[in-house]
Amino acid sequence: MAGAGALAASGLGFDIAVAESTRVRQSLRIAGAKEQHSICPYCAVGCSLVAYTRQTSNGTTELLQIEGDPDSPVNEGRLCPKGATAMQLAISPRRVESPQYRASGATGWKSVSWDFVLDKIANNIKASRDASFVTTDGNGNTVNRCEGIAFAGGAAFSSEEGYFATKLMRGLGLVHLEQQARV
Amino acid sequence: MVSLAATFGRGAMTNHWRDIRHADLILINGANPAEAHPVGFQWFMRAKLDRGAKIIHADPRFTRTSAVADMYLRIRTGSDVAYFGGLINHVLQNNLFHDAYVRNYTNASFIVKQGYAFNDGLFSGYNPDGRTYNIATWSYESDSATGFARRDMTLQDPLSVFQLMKTHYSRYTPEVVSSITGIPVADFNKVADLVGQMGKPDKVMTIVYAVGLTHHTTGGQLIRSGAVLQLLLGNMGRPGGGMNAERGHANIQGNTDHAISWEILPGYLRIPAPGQKTIADYVAQSAPKKSDKNSWNFFGTNYSKFMVSTLKAWYGDAAKKDNEFAFNFVPKPAQNSSWMSIYDQALKGKMEGLMLSGMTAASIGPDSNQVQSALGKLKWLVIMDALPTTSSEFWRSPGADPSQIKTEVFMLPATHWIEKDGSFVNSGRWSQWKDQVLPPQGQARHDHWILAELFQRVKKLYQSQGGKFPDPILTLTFDYKDPLKPELDEIAREINGKDLTTGKQMTTFANLKDDGTTTTGDWIYTGSYPDSGNLMKRRGGIQDPKTNDPTGMGFYPNWSWSWPLNRRVMYNRASADLDGKAWDPSRPGITWDGSKWVGDVPDYPATMNPHDPNAYLPFIMNGEGVGRLFSNGMVDGPFPEHYEPVESPVANPLHPNNSASPVAFLYDKAAGRPNRFGTPQEFPYIATSYRLTEHEHYVTQHVPHLVQLQPKPFVEIPYELAGQKGIKSGDRVRVSSKRGKVEVLALVTKRLGPMTVAGQKVYQIGIPIHWGYVGISADSDPSHGRYWLANALTPFVGDANARTPEFKAFLVNLEKM
Repeated sequence: MAGAGALAASGLGFDIAVAESTRVRQSLRIAGAKEQHSICPYCAVGCSLVAYTRQTSNGTTELLQIEGDPDSPVNEGRLCPKGATAMQLAISPRRVESPQYRASGATGWKSVSWDFVLDKIANNIKASRDASFVTTDGNGNTVNRCEGIAFAGGAAFSSEEGYFATKLMRGLGLVHLEQQARV
Repeated sequence: MVSLAATFGRGAMTNHWRDIRHADLILINGANPAEAHPVGFQWFMRAKLDRGAKIIHADPRFTRTSAVADMYLRIRTGSDVAYFGGLINHVLQNNLFHDAYVRNYTNASFIVKQGYAFNDGLFSGYNPDGRTYNIATWSYESDSATGFARRDMTLQDPLSVFQLMKTHYSRYTPEVVSSITGIPVADFNKVADLVGQMGKPDKVMTIVYAVGLTHHTTGGQLIRSGAVLQLLLGNMGRPGGGMNAERGHANIQGNTDHAISWEILPGYLRIPAPGQKTIADYVAQSAPKKSDKNSWNFFGTNYSKFMVSTLKAWYGDAAKKDNEFAFNFVPKPAQNSSWMSIYDQALKGKMEGLMLSGMTAASIGPDSNQVQSALGKLKWLVIMDALPTTSSEFWRSPGADPSQIKTEVFMLPATHWIEKDGSFVNSGRWSQWKDQVLPPQGQARHDHWILAELFQRVKKLYQSQGGKFPDPILTLTFDYKDPLKPELDEIAREINGKDLTTGKQMTTFANLKDDGTTTTGDWIYTGSYPDSGNLMKRRGGIQDPKTNDPTGMGFYPNWSWSWPLNRRVMYNRASADLDGKAWDPSRPGITWDGSKWVGDVPDYPATMNPHDPNAYLPFIMNGEGVGRLFSNGMVDGPFPEHYEPVESPVANPLHPNNSASPVAFLYDKAAGRPNRFGTPQEFPYIATSYRLTEHEHYVTQHVPHLVQLQPKPFVEIPYELAGQKGIKSGDRVRVSSKRGKVEVLALVTKRLGPMTVAGQKVYQIGIPIHWGYVGISADSDPSHGRYWLANALTPFVGDANARTPEFKAFLVNLEKM
């Protein structure tokens, strides 16, 4: 009851003296941080996020906090359990750190270089495209399609990446092109 | 989405999240927004709390959405056409439709050609051998003088769409609806009373749905049945109304718009078909045709401009008038090439390579065991992802023998969303730009940089070695400062397009041309990035509602950018009456002020006087100029009709001889593989699958906090059924279908329960999808999540229109282990 009396005495519902001393003693985790804007990576409500980072002395970027953006007409600062834990998706010890390769019939992954995988995949694309490319169909129609390679993905792409993927895959002549909308 | 395009002209959520607060009545089917879209759901609650809106939730499962709904209806999964059909019948039989809207803004008055018929579950034109319809009779009678469709504005002609529709739905009586859906007649009648009030001009209802409607062999028609009801009630184009699809992933919408989809090119242009030699051939077979004198037919009229401008963006100087702007560089598919077709082709030995980014085939299925067999028949598989997936690890999944799996597998570490900039487009079509907040972790690279470098390496191989038709590869435009590292800002500018004569960015797609002097990567995004800057970055939000929401309607035109042309509610000409006055002045979309349309960005010419005898009709994307109650845009029927799921415990009460969709695509049968469908005798229970709040498809299996909240896989079992089987919560159970099994924990619940369908007692079992042999849960399990893939159960069968799998309705058996 004594506490309640003290709060009532301040007229503000909290004790100014305590609040001020707390402000002096604590500094916000995000004090001085760089503030940037993102969008939640999960569902398609499209909640806006505010992300706070700081450059560390060894030159890396430390992600301090992700929270709902109060300015957004979509979420007005709110986030669900997924959005609220987005930091654990952003920074994860479970990430694949380098390109991995499993040869036909092999029983394990091998860490390899980017040059190794890009070279092999480019050669695979060329070989499969040449093996399955149809320039003219049985009715004599020009169709210029590659039947033996498929590309699927994109629900996590930025839109511009998605457009770019479409452009490149159609450029290769792919007809099997798919993303998450159907499934 | 094919069903929305076939009805209104564009395949996307018609309104936007914040707009749902304007509704008087909210029907939620095949969705659980309180759990799957919790933050979007605040706008449903605002409608309920601020304006007394009623929420009606029809779902197999009582969820948190049901808990705050005014009515919950336990509906049998996949039977929503019967539910909406019953509501359509109620509205028609009792003259509760919005009369002026139906006459003037829909094709109710259009006369259908002689020869159209519907008998015993089959529409006219059925070919049982090919399991397809010839849709020639699903068209309008044309007037010999004008060439346009004949109309009867009295709606009395027996061949008018209105009368045919009235007859078609007269079979959907409350008793029939109840028999099919399992909803008690009294409950259905209560809903019908509420829905019937929404045809008044000052009332508005919204229908909200998600993959609970799409994931069926009747998915397209499930959605279209709601769309037809919304047209009858005059609720399309209006704030608080619409057909609102809730997308499940951050950028499905943007990447559908940009056509990572076999059947389209960017902006929903159709992929060219074999036999089309010229742009003119292509447009003649692809573009909507004007069928009324007051129809603008905006899409059809401009189709060639959008196509030629896209070809110019892609092939630059190699796209010239004398080579039909490189039209033959675009591949022309022989057949459906969608998701299941990829694995079907692999099983046939015709697919050599597959690249997956942010999608895991093994978990997605359907019929995960068959999909994994298909992955094992590929020559090579590339996974681009930040984290391991069930597809990157399929060759060493529990029980597999890696030495017998010949597929060469590449795992390429890709960056996360927060390590790159670019836009995400939400369900409501708002394209919102994000910053690059973090540098790539480890050796991760951006997907588009991986693709750019792969493409350049392939190009070099063709330059040095030659090969099949290299022309498109050699000439594809790469006008980026660094061709190996294009900036997303550069690509955003390319998508917007430019005027090649002036070098200026285009400001509107209305100015695109088909003479090769303009470009666009995706015409529906033209206007998003003019010379003044990237409008998707705009941040004029609720920090200053007075400035940023001048109409007070929540359009927030200075927050991000919305396609098309920053319009927030599509088809908004239909929000106003024939004179241009709002149907409900308290909730205007656009209104005519005597010289121009004001409010939202008009989906209509900005200064077209509604009293002009030549004024256009409101649905500018359709050839008719009006919304389609009857549509030949669907391959399985011009009116939605109830069909049973391919696996069902009952015969269709309406037409037992044609019980399931006669045109659903049966992949195994078509390929000559053994039947993989179960019978009700072996598999007596209905099962449906869904997501939980803490889950986003499969990636969240790597997020510790979320795994702590949902640590172990389970299935939800109705209390009464569990009692019969002696199953208690926490027991291990086996759920099996003809295709596979899961072995997980039982959660016994009263949220699911028995229902009476076609005179039989049936049970539905609930299966959350998510778990598998990859992730934090699997790492701590002795079997490593061996029988945890929910989609091991689901059937390998597709909707006739979109080839969407039937994830949401199939038959299983249940055993206590």
